[in-house]
Amino acid sequence: MIEGVGLPEILSVTTILFFIGVYGFFTRTNLIAMLMSLELMVNAEAVNFVAINKYLSPAFLQGQIFSLFIIALAAAETALALAIILHLYRLTSNIDVREVKELKY
Amino acid sequence: MEKIIFYILSAVIIGFAIMSVTTRKLYRATMYLLFVLLAISGIYFLLEYNFMAAVQLSVYAGGIMVLIIYAVVLTDKIGEPLRQIPTKWNIVPVLVTIGTAALSIYAIFSFPGINAKNQASVTSVEQVGEKLLSYAPDGYVLPFEVVSILLLAAMIGAIVIAKAKKIVNQEKN
Repeated sequence: MIEGVGLPEILSVTTILFFIGVYGFFTRTNLIAMLMSLELMVNAEAVNFVAINKYLSPAFLQGQIFSLFIIALAAAETALALAIILHLYRLTSNIDVREVKELKY
Repeated sequence: MEKIIFYILSAVIIGFAIMSVTTRKLYRATMYLLFVLLAISGIYFLLEYNFMAAVQLSVYAGGIMVLIIYAVVLTDKIGEPLRQIPTKWNIVPVLVTIGTAALSIYAIFSFPGINAKNQASVTSVEQVGEKLLSYAPDGYVLPFEVVSILLLAAMIGAIVIAKAKKIVNQEKN
């Protein structure tokens, strides 16, 4: 735990980070920019897991182990999403969600 | 001292995150995202979970950022500004996100027992490794193996998807 900083402060920062990611996900139309907003959200989640584990039950390690799994899953997800985006770009020369309709049907 | 560093890191995280989701240039957005990830690894260092900070630096700031930058370079017309929603419609997502964030922060501060004070603990790499490969009832060897298979599947899937033929496009046209 951090000296002089309580759990609510850390959770507030991660909440703000998460909702900045949500805002980006709402307003962006480029697929890669949407994926980057998703990364912000996933990071906020991982910090939450570690901080809550450190402050509320420091004798156990569940949250800290699961944050490792979150990072592994995020890496796999990003690789697959970027592969799909690259394939889409080759097919349509466009990765704007308003104009790409190939995945819709 | 740690308090000051925490607030500096928080300011860096929030400021660069906002710049990352609002800038019109995609390449700059990736750079701002990189600063956010570095500051988050600083938070892990402050929480005395050094292994997680190293993983954050190497996997996120190293691996995923390189992937994203390559994807940007391969797909984006660099210099062409991103399309944004009209300013008069921008008020809706801003209000929705600020409202939900305020509600969540209110819920956090009013939760009973949130200010619990426990003794400080340092998570060492040995502890994490023993937990990850432990067969005991609170061990994590099964999720560990499942994640390794998932990473293999994701790698094969990414290769198969990304190397599809280009001829499909010409037939369609």
